[in-house]
Amino acid sequence: MDVQASNLTTSLLDRESHLEARNIHVWFKERHVLSDVSLQFPANSVTALIGPSGCGKSTFLRTLNRMHELIPGAGLAGTIYLDNEDIYAPGVDPVSIRLRVGMVFQKPNPFPTMTIKGNVLAGLRLSNRRTRDENELVESCLNRASIWNEVKDRLDAPAGSLSGGQQQRLCIARSLALAPDILLMDEPCSALDPGSTRRIEETIRELSADMTVVIVTHNMQQAQRVSDQTAFFLAEEGQPGHVVEFGNTDNLFSAPNDPRTEDYVNGRFG
Amino acid sequence: MKRTPMNTRQVAKGDRAFFGISSAASFFTLALVFLVLIFLSFRSWTTFAEQGIKFVTGSTWDNTTNPGTFQILPMIVGTVLISMVGLAIAVPASVSVAYFIEYMAPPRISKIATSLIDLLAALPSVVIGLWGMMVLVPQASEWSGLLTQHLGFIPFFRNTSGNTLGSPFMAGWTVAIMIIPIITSVSREVMSRVDKELISASTALGGTNFSTMRRVVIPTAKSGILGGILLGLGRALGETVAIFFVLNLIFDTNWYHILEPRGGSIPSLIVAKFGETTPSELSALMAAGVVLFIVTLIVNMIATSIVQRSEKRMAS
Repeated sequence: MDVQASNLTTSLLDRESHLEARNIHVWFKERHVLSDVSLQFPANSVTALIGPSGCGKSTFLRTLNRMHELIPGAGLAGTIYLDNEDIYAPGVDPVSIRLRVGMVFQKPNPFPTMTIKGNVLAGLRLSNRRTRDENELVESCLNRASIWNEVKDRLDAPAGSLSGGQQQRLCIARSLALAPDILLMDEPCSALDPGSTRRIEETIRELSADMTVVIVTHNMQQAQRVSDQTAFFLAEEGQPGHVVEFGNTDNLFSAPNDPRTEDYVNGRFG
Repeated sequence: MKRTPMNTRQVAKGDRAFFGISSAASFFTLALVFLVLIFLSFRSWTTFAEQGIKFVTGSTWDNTTNPGTFQILPMIVGTVLISMVGLAIAVPASVSVAYFIEYMAPPRISKIATSLIDLLAALPSVVIGLWGMMVLVPQASEWSGLLTQHLGFIPFFRNTSGNTLGSPFMAGWTVAIMIIPIITSVSREVMSRVDKELISASTALGGTNFSTMRRVVIPTAKSGILGGILLGLGRALGETVAIFFVLNLIFDTNWYHILEPRGGSIPSLIVAKFGETTPSELSALMAAGVVLFIVTLIVNMIATSIVQRSEKRMAS
C-alpha cells in the first residue's frame, strides 16, 4: 500500500519538469552576445524574461529548446538541464528536446496550407507520431488554448482565415498537441490587440497548472500579471547581455535590488 | 461641385514610345507563333490529305512506295513516354537538391551549388547528348539490365529484346539531366520565398529536414515548383539532339515498356530523316512538326490547369 502510494507520488512528480540554465554564454561568430546566464525554472512556474531590445532574451530562449544552434555561426557554452539531464550532451537528439520543450513565436505563424485541425496535428505529422484519437486531441488542445468555441464548427477551414489573436491561440494549441513539459513563448502578444492579449495571458495562467512556462515580454504589466518570477536582462554599451536581477516577480517590481532594474521597470529607459 | 478631369492619357513622350515598342514586340511574338503554325500546316497539307487520321494512329513509315505510307503513332507515344520518364527522375532529384541548397547546405556551398546548377542549365544539348552517349549510356544500360533482372515481373520494367540500349529509359535519363537544372533553379527560388517563420515553427514542433520539406516547404511552394516542372516538361517534349544520340527509332509503338528499345520521338524522327527525304516524306516530317506543336500545347494546357486548380484550392 505504502509502496503503491509512493510510486504514485513519484510518477506524478515525474510529470513535472523543471529546467535549469547554468552559466550560459552565447556567440554569433566572434560576437559575444550573452554572458554567464544562470536561471532556474521550477516545475509549473511562469518565468518572465524582460529587458530592452537586443539584450539577448530571445536568443537565450532559443538555447532552451536547441533552436539556437540552427543559426549559422551560432556558438554556445554552459549547460541546460531538463530534469537534471544535459540537453546538449552528445547523443541527445535535438528533436526529442523540441518535443518536450514547445515554442510559441512572436508573430502568429500557423501553417497556411493546412486546416485549423491540420495545424493542431502538425506536430504529430512532422515528428511522425500517432495518437489514438485525433479528434479528441484536437478538441482538448483547442480547449486549453481557449479557442475551441470559436473554431469548433470550422475545423476544416484554412488556418489563414482566423484573426491574428486566434491564429496565435491556434499556435499555442499546436504546441500543446505534443504534450510538452515546458512551453517557451517569445513575445507572444506583441503583434496582438489588447483583447487577444488578455485572453492569451489567461491561457498562460491556466497552462501553468501543469506546465512550466518561460515568456519573453516587452510589456512590464504583462510580466507582473502572468509570471511568478522575473529575470531582467541588460546589454550595456559594448558588453554582452547578462542577467542583472532574477527573483520573485512581486519583489523585483516593487523592491528591486539593482538601480538599473528600478530604472527599467519604472520606464526610465528601454 | 466641380470635378477636375483626370486625364490618364496624358503621358510623357518617352512613355508613349516605350508603349509602342513593347506592344509591337508582343504582337510580333504572337504573329511569329502563328506564322510558324501556318507555314507548317501549308507544307504538311499533302500528308494530312493523303494519310488522313492514320497519320497519328498508325505505325508504318515507308517511303519506297508512291505515295509513301507515313504514320507516326510510335513517335508521339515515345515523345510523351520519354518526357514522363525524364520527369519521374528529374522532379524528386531537383526538389531535393533545391531544398538542400536552400535549407541544409552551409552558405558557401549553397552559393557554389547555385551557380553550378545555373551553368548546367546553360550547357548546349548537343554536349549533353554526346556525354549521354559516351558516359551515361554504358552506365544506364547496366541499371536497365538490373531492373529487368530483379523487377522484370512488373510490366513496366519488362524487356524481352535482349538489348538494353536505345530505350526510352536511356532517353529519359538524358532528358532528366537536361531538365534537372531548370526545375532545381525555379524550385530553389520559390523555396527561398517560403516564410522562414514557418520553417522555425516546423523545427520547433519536432520536424526533421525531411518532414519539414514534405509537410511545410513543398505544400507552401507547390504552385511555383509546378511552374518549374512545366518549364522542364516543355524542354523535355521538344528535346531533339540529345535524344537523337541515345534513342533507337523503331516504328513499333512502345506504350510503357520503358526498357525496351522500341519507339522513338517526334523531334528525333525529324532530325534523323531530314537530310535524305523524298518530297512527300518532307511533307510528312512537317506534319510531324505540327503534331509535336499540338502535343506540346495539349500537355502544357493540362499542366497549367493542374497548377491553376491547385492554386485555387490554396486560395479558398
